[in-house]
Amino acid sequence: MALALKSTCFVQLKRPKSCYAFRSSRQLAVVSTRRSTTMAALSTVATIGISETFAKLKKEGKVAFIPFITAGDPDLSTTAQALKLLDSCGSDIIELGVPYSDPLADGPVIQAAATRSLAKGTNFDAVISMLKEVVPQLTSPVALFTYYNPILKRGVEKFMSIVNDAGVHGLVVPDVPLEETEILRNEALKYNIELVLLTTPTTPTSRMKAIVEASEGFVYLVSSIGVTGARGSVSARVENLLRDIKEATTKPVAVGFGISKPEHVKQIAEWGADGVIVGSAMVKVLGEAKSPEEGLKELENLTRSLKSALI
Amino acid sequence: MTSSIKSDLFLTNKLSFARNERSFSSMKRAVSNNLVAASAVKSGSKPLHVERALRVRKIDEIERGERRGKFGIYGGKFVPETLISCLGKLEADFNFVLHDAEFQAELAIALRDYVGRETPLYFAERLTNYYKNENGEGPDIYLKREDLNHCGAHKMNNAIAQAMIAKRMDRQRVVAATGAGQHGVATAAACAKLSLDCTIFMGSEDMEKQASNVFLIKLLGAQVTKVEGSFKDASSEAIRQWVNDLEVSYYLTGTVVGPHPCPSMVREFQSIIGRETRRQAMERWGGRPDVVVACIGSGSNALGIFHEFVGDEGVRLVGVEAAGFGLDSGRHAATLATGHVGVYHGAMSYLLQDQEGQVLGAHSVGVGLQYPGVGPELSFLKDTGRAEFHTVTDEEALNAYQLLSRLEGIIPAMEAAHALAYLEKLCPTLPDSTKVVVNCSGRGDKDAPLFFQHRPALDA
Repeated sequence: MALALKSTCFVQLKRPKSCYAFRSSRQLAVVSTRRSTTMAALSTVATIGISETFAKLKKEGKVAFIPFITAGDPDLSTTAQALKLLDSCGSDIIELGVPYSDPLADGPVIQAAATRSLAKGTNFDAVISMLKEVVPQLTSPVALFTYYNPILKRGVEKFMSIVNDAGVHGLVVPDVPLEETEILRNEALKYNIELVLLTTPTTPTSRMKAIVEASEGFVYLVSSIGVTGARGSVSARVENLLRDIKEATTKPVAVGFGISKPEHVKQIAEWGADGVIVGSAMVKVLGEAKSPEEGLKELENLTRSLKSALI
Repeated sequence: MTSSIKSDLFLTNKLSFARNERSFSSMKRAVSNNLVAASAVKSGSKPLHVERALRVRKIDEIERGERRGKFGIYGGKFVPETLISCLGKLEADFNFVLHDAEFQAELAIALRDYVGRETPLYFAERLTNYYKNENGEGPDIYLKREDLNHCGAHKMNNAIAQAMIAKRMDRQRVVAATGAGQHGVATAAACAKLSLDCTIFMGSEDMEKQASNVFLIKLLGAQVTKVEGSFKDASSEAIRQWVNDLEVSYYLTGTVVGPHPCPSMVREFQSIIGRETRRQAMERWGGRPDVVVACIGSGSNALGIFHEFVGDEGVRLVGVEAAGFGLDSGRHAATLATGHVGVYHGAMSYLLQDQEGQVLGAHSVGVGLQYPGVGPELSFLKDTGRAEFHTVTDEEALNAYQLLSRLEGIIPAMEAAHALAYLEKLCPTLPDSTKVVVNCSGRGDKDAPLFFQHRPALDA
């Protein structure tokens, strides 16, 4: 316990006043050595888990801001910096997408990000190495977003063990329906990974109830019928869906897909969501910028503007 | 002809009904029907009774699991949650039309008058003689002429039935992905007939190789949307489009992959191939086929002819996949031969993937075989050992393409040429007069330019 506190303090002392991420690799090296000597005995990281984060925010009357970026776009070191940037700019939970060759649930922005990342040679092991270095420097818990096939390839148990070692707290697997989640849930439970399930506008109420019952960490409410990608406005039915879910469960509900503007964020918070997830908009500014530095700057601007809608 | 197609479909209804009901009494009824039919056979009565006798569908693991959408561990619905209720509705509509006399009657007429069924079971005399050994012994080779279907491939059997379902579900728009273009053409044609809007997704690489099909799709009034890559990318994009638009559009699967109920639906509509074959075999030589051979891309034509015979242990089922440049080359489409179990496009099945679990591209000179996945039902047949699977290289397929053209004056689709190519290895092992039926799944006019690109010397 004491060791954990010490490392948290260390992180806070080192956090700069501005929102710029750590750039000096020397500092990074210092952090790593510290971590390896003091943290060797611990299997968990200093940050709290996803459910606990939501519980804390609820007490403070706050709505969680949850950004999503694709690992390895434009490259893994930029991702590392982006994670730290998002963390210090006030993200409460961070979703990291593992690039996949055939992302069925993703629209053109995230598809393109995955393609760019894979072309750079990003693979799962590299993403995990990066996380092992970066996660201890974050105060927000990290949830991985991945498709099922890469999990199956490694073996569900092995996957959970690797991901837990890297300090990840949550998992979202968009192409596994409720019926097939049992194996995932059992293994995730053993390794303290919270498996977040998705419910959508097409999900009938009875099924929604089963989904919210089984979901851990939070309930991911997909705001629209379709794949990921920014939309002009948020559908009004999100309000009704939020209400129905809240009648069925006390678990926190975060809304995602299509959210890109502060107005969207504000609206969803007003409707009673416990969290707002922003993906494609973030991926776009980071991945499609002229340079990584510019991308990070744009990311910071976007994060600040979206976060301000929640204050 | 109407009566035989209608009776095929009607009997499917009854049997599916029996299967779905799964009551003890319906099983008993089936058994007693067979006993009656057996005596009918002896007394030499009408073909209809004989058909019933032959159609002993054992209620087995496949069918039990199938109701949950699984074939053993294979199949399932591995899609984003948004699609799940849509799939449930599709399954309900599918089950309804299977028993709906009106739908079945309409389908029977379409299959007869529009598609041109039944397709002949053709005795390939010169091909048979070609494969005879020095003693003049060898199997008798028959071709199931799916190449004579409207639009030149077996694809129409499924496209017309599903387009009718789309119409029934009041969908205005049909979305489909196509590899070689045959499914695209068939879907566009069916949509023209039923006045439905149609969008066909096709990979940019495939559009180049099968350009004639692109023209046909446009001529038939459908829109072609180009997707960078090949069939697998076109499929992914079509599925995304479906998710975005699922209240208005109908995703017409062309093959036995995808989330449940897609593989079962396509298989059900393609299984008319096998049912006709059984009847034709009985008429022709008074028995069943001994060996049934089909090429496998994702498996629609293979399951179409296999499914009827899965319960008949005496019938050997041989699937032939594309070895492309060779199994070691990394450029092939031999999913069952070299793939590993994974989840792809909504189903758990064998899959060509790397150690990371990323999906690999497939290659074959038979463009319609280029798919890194394979139907979950075929994965099940492989694991249970009910069917055997082999591979054939591009070169062997090209040879077979030319051979059939020269020996029988029939130009097979390059995909079907893979099944024909396997005869080289198969025939020497078979006793004299073994009855072999090869599913000639399509015609090869579309492949002629491709053939001459590979064999320029012949274009003299």
